[in-house]
Amino acid sequence: MKQLTIISGKGGTGKTTVTAAFAHLADNAVIADCDVDAADLHLILTPDIIRQEPFYGGQLPSIDYERCTQCGVCEQLCRFGAIQSVKVVPVSCEGCGVCAYVCPEQAISMKERLSGNWFLSETREGPMVHARLGIAAENSGKLVSVVRQQAKEVAEKEKKNLVIIDGPPGIGCPVIASIGGVDLVLIVTEPTLSGLHDLKRILEVATHFNVPAMVCVNKCDINAENTRAIEAYCEGKGIAIAGSIPYAPEVTRAMLNRLSVVEYPCAEVTDEVKRIWRKVKEYIFAESNNIYA
Amino acid sequence: MIISIASGKGGTGKTTVAVGLALSIGASQFLDCDVEEPNASLFLKPTITGKTSVSVLEPWIDESRCTYCGECSRICAYHAVAVFEKNILLFSQLCHGCGGCILVCPEKAIAEGKRNIGVIEEGTSNSIIFMQGILNIGEHMATPIIKDMKRLIRKDMDVIIDSPPGTSCPVIESMKGSDFVCLVTEPTPFGLNDLKLAVETVRELNIPFGVIINCDGIGDDGVREYCQEENIPLLLSIPWSRGVAEAYSRGVPATEIDAALKEQFNTLYRRIGSMVGIKKDSGLQLEASR
Repeated sequence: MKQLTIISGKGGTGKTTVTAAFAHLADNAVIADCDVDAADLHLILTPDIIRQEPFYGGQLPSIDYERCTQCGVCEQLCRFGAIQSVKVVPVSCEGCGVCAYVCPEQAISMKERLSGNWFLSETREGPMVHARLGIAAENSGKLVSVVRQQAKEVAEKEKKNLVIIDGPPGIGCPVIASIGGVDLVLIVTEPTLSGLHDLKRILEVATHFNVPAMVCVNKCDINAENTRAIEAYCEGKGIAIAGSIPYAPEVTRAMLNRLSVVEYPCAEVTDEVKRIWRKVKEYIFAESNNIYA
Repeated sequence: MIISIASGKGGTGKTTVAVGLALSIGASQFLDCDVEEPNASLFLKPTITGKTSVSVLEPWIDESRCTYCGECSRICAYHAVAVFEKNILLFSQLCHGCGGCILVCPEKAIAEGKRNIGVIEEGTSNSIIFMQGILNIGEHMATPIIKDMKRLIRKDMDVIIDSPPGTSCPVIESMKGSDFVCLVTEPTPFGLNDLKLAVETVRELNIPFGVIINCDGIGDDGVREYCQEENIPLLLSIPWSRGVAEAYSRGVPATEIDAALKEQFNTLYRRIGSMVGIKKDSGLQLEASR
């Protein structure tokens, strides 16, 4: 079973648009939405939830005020400013447990912290695992790992040959959790200076963690010169360009109709996305052919 | 006054708004807190005059004193220390720097070291005092850089904070302590869905806020209807135009090609000022901040 993650560095370049299209084009895949703090894929794939599980992302101290003598040791030793005036500030707490350890009265105990939920769903494109991180909750990286693990299990059980992962923006912990050990990342970028700047950083992250990468340029005609600059940069780094998708208002209209762009009439975008999908698929499955050759 | 620009969904126009607002204010402090992918410098083109590295606490283990008792590994909530029979391993990237291991070690074999995770750059762009945080490649945690940067906030001028996308830790760290938050969204189902999450987050922090619709006209009325139902002030609407999109692609601030927009940002700044002022003067919570 293979894993593909769609990432971008910069937000709003079209990760979810591409993922939803791939979900439609793939015939034997599990879909995982790992953008757990601002998930959108469910708006296109309209999943029917068949299983919902709580996600405990860590622990939170609870102070027993009958025992507490207000000595303030916990506050002094907390490195996160999460205890103020002998009260827990959940937004700042990272769940380390130092306060509970240092309390001379043993008035603090650590309690499991409900930090969100994950879901297993059925969609018109196959099974989907997704999640929702609680508001102002910690540990999105850990929730990403849970979603990926569940998606893998479903894939194994239902004999699916691919997990398609919609990744989060940025380069930090949830991104690292989304790309670790996958067979390919497809980076969706846009021909803006921001897009190029962020592409360079996310490519470095992929290299750092030894994950093969391909690039596709979305809205490529917004700035043809920047598109060429991106292509030249990738060529210099030996990174394949999977394709370049033109800007089309139909992409937003497909979203308004809760459809992936390949399910909506817009040939210029659909044809290119299909070409990109073929290249991605070829790369991912070529390796396994080699193994059995 | 500290104004944070945030969004939930990425790529909705946070940087466009933050830069536009800063340029219309003039003398102000600008903090690019999207330390994973900072982009504001591409538009403000500051002259960088100083760099400070950001480091986090990292345990430094003196193995000659270590008896491999495993106490450090037991208290570590992040599984950053693993202790074997005759071996101890530290996974720096997992460490949150809580200092628990140092506290529990009965042999005093762990000291407080430092690890560099990024840099804060300072500079100027005309009358704007510019700052940006940059997270090192491969590092997990953005919040320590944001925290350090926010310690440098000046009290003698207005501050604009360009937040990262999403709703989790780095976003909260960026918005915390602001007087007002502008939530930038696009009028699409994705934009609306993520706006709702961002609204919940800002409400959790109890900061007054309003909404800015960017790329107006490309989608539907969902965002407007939601703001009306929820009594959230709609602060500004920026219509989609190929001209603005192309200017953005070249690193040109939207206000430079659209004079009317510059005037709208001026009005927006005054409006936020009066909204924050009302709250401070009367002690009343703004309707939107409930």
